[in-house]
Amino acid sequence: MAELIAAPQAPAQIAPPAEKSAGYWRSVWRRLRRDKVAMTAGTILVLIFLMSLFATFLAPSDPYARNVANRLAGIGTPGNPLGTDDLGRDMLSRLIWGGQLSLLMGVAPVFIAFFFGSALGIIAGYAGGLTNTLIMRTVDIFYAFPSVLLAVALSGALGAGLFNAMFSLTVVFIPPIARVSESVTTQLKSSDFIEAAKASGASALTILRVHVLGNVLGPIFVYSTSLIAVSMILAAGLSFLGLGVQPPFPEWGQMLNALRNAMYVQPLVTALPGVMIFLVSISFNLLSDGLRSAMEVRT
Amino acid sequence: MSDATPLMTVKGLTKHFPIKGGMLGRTVSRVHAVDGISFDVLRDETLGVVGESGCGKSTTARLLMHLIAPDAGEIIFDGRRVGSRDMTMASYRSQVQMVFQDSYSSLNPRLTIQDSVAFGPQVHGVRRRDALQRTHDLLDRVGLDPARFAARYPHELSGGQLQRVNIARALAVRPRLIILDEAVSALDKSVEAQVLNLLADLKKEFGLAYVFISHDLNVVRYISDRVLVMYLGRVAELGRAEDVYAAPQHPYSAALLSSMPTGDPDRRVEKAALQGDPPNPIDLPGGCRFHTRCPLVGTMCRGTEPELARIARDHDVACHARIPGSGHRPESKERAA
Repeated sequence: MAELIAAPQAPAQIAPPAEKSAGYWRSVWRRLRRDKVAMTAGTILVLIFLMSLFATFLAPSDPYARNVANRLAGIGTPGNPLGTDDLGRDMLSRLIWGGQLSLLMGVAPVFIAFFFGSALGIIAGYAGGLTNTLIMRTVDIFYAFPSVLLAVALSGALGAGLFNAMFSLTVVFIPPIARVSESVTTQLKSSDFIEAAKASGASALTILRVHVLGNVLGPIFVYSTSLIAVSMILAAGLSFLGLGVQPPFPEWGQMLNALRNAMYVQPLVTALPGVMIFLVSISFNLLSDGLRSAMEVRT
Repeated sequence: MSDATPLMTVKGLTKHFPIKGGMLGRTVSRVHAVDGISFDVLRDETLGVVGESGCGKSTTARLLMHLIAPDAGEIIFDGRRVGSRDMTMASYRSQVQMVFQDSYSSLNPRLTIQDSVAFGPQVHGVRRRDALQRTHDLLDRVGLDPARFAARYPHELSGGQLQRVNIARALAVRPRLIILDEAVSALDKSVEAQVLNLLADLKKEFGLAYVFISHDLNVVRYISDRVLVMYLGRVAELGRAEDVYAAPQHPYSAALLSSMPTGDPDRRVEKAALQGDPPNPIDLPGGCRFHTRCPLVGTMCRGTEPELARIARDHDVACHARIPGSGHRPESKERAA
């Protein structure tokens, strides 16, 4: 009876729509969503990011407005729910505004270092031989310095300021990212599918673009996110030493520095910027741990 | 007709891997992985390559594909030297392809099956739409429904299915010769048989030649027209499969074939045909490299390395004992004692 209706002639040239299949990143996301710790950390980070982004609307008062009569007020003071600092400025407003610079100092150097470090590492790893030796031994010279010392030395030499601090942090983070990139690329280079791609006659650039990048950027990215916490702490340290953000701009590390004289008067208020730094760094660490384990599983 | 000339001629191909040592990274010694091998691959033939682990089979495959540069020797493909202006590496690599042993790791885990297969043709300038069309046809041809498999990722397929994908990938650039490096060794027996039959069909359909590298002697006999026996980076014996299997001339081939597993209880072997391990390829014995394990060893075997010589029609052997007039005298009496 099927012959009664002429079967519609399917054009042979057009391939039928291929069956959908969950991509790699979708399965990573699915696993990450089940990880409660990572998701909590991620939520905290999103909230803090939003808080900093919309500081103009969220901060109850002007973070620069001084009120010497009301200096070093405790937590719960009417009008200043989180107290005031040594110049009588509202702590809640300064913490909200401080997120902008603190997060910028944490994320931007790592982000820039991610580009330069992974480019150097991938080139070194894929090229091998003399190129590898030249790039990686140069990187090792920087790596030999303790990161804090290198950041302080560079910032000190360049002079205090936001951009100099970010620049020195970028320099600090390029070597570790380059080393990780080099090792994952070297490992990947000997895979059969890279050999097969070479056997297809593809150029090194095409192989890098199609076969190498997709496989190495994930692990490098995860490693880099774990550096954001370090970057925030180093940035706070630079500001604490007076080498980063300058007063009166609010930044958590610099606020911690300014308030350290008041530690015996208002210990809780003094601790607040530290709590913020701690919260953001641990969240970044937990999120990158979760991301790492979500990416490791191969079904 | 050009059919008389071989499709590929390999002349004196050599690869020694340096072993670096000391503080300055000087080369302290060398692994003689492939040590001057020469052979032809005829049009439409399957050349089986057998030998123990570590005899240089896989290095040979990688040399043939030019994935590693040879230290000496040359490859002539279709009458033109590979790497010359007449036969550039790019055009060589569109005519010769390779299938690896590990079917999973030879596919990019981040690419779909169709992207992996279509990659080769796109490299050679085929438009993506046409490359995908060719991919779907080939997947269908190797027994994988494109509607089900084309958009899947490697980890969703079984080993046998993946090896079919790898075969499709090799076919996608329309090669004339495919090097199969232990391509079926990792598959279980029933899947192996299916893939072997598929390979035989594809060979007829596309007019392919194969270099079939394997340690499995039964499989090599099944698929090969001619067989090349390798020992420690040299050709020990080269001849038609039926001749080599019926009457192996080199004592190493004889020992290898007698160690072949058989289903026939009357032909059961109870004693290992070969004693000991092959010598270290870093520190090769002088003379014939098989003399340390050879039942026919003679005085001259310790001093002179035998060259591959023709002893019958289409049958070459590198053994003093088999080459007439070589002056070989066995010293088997002392060995028998």
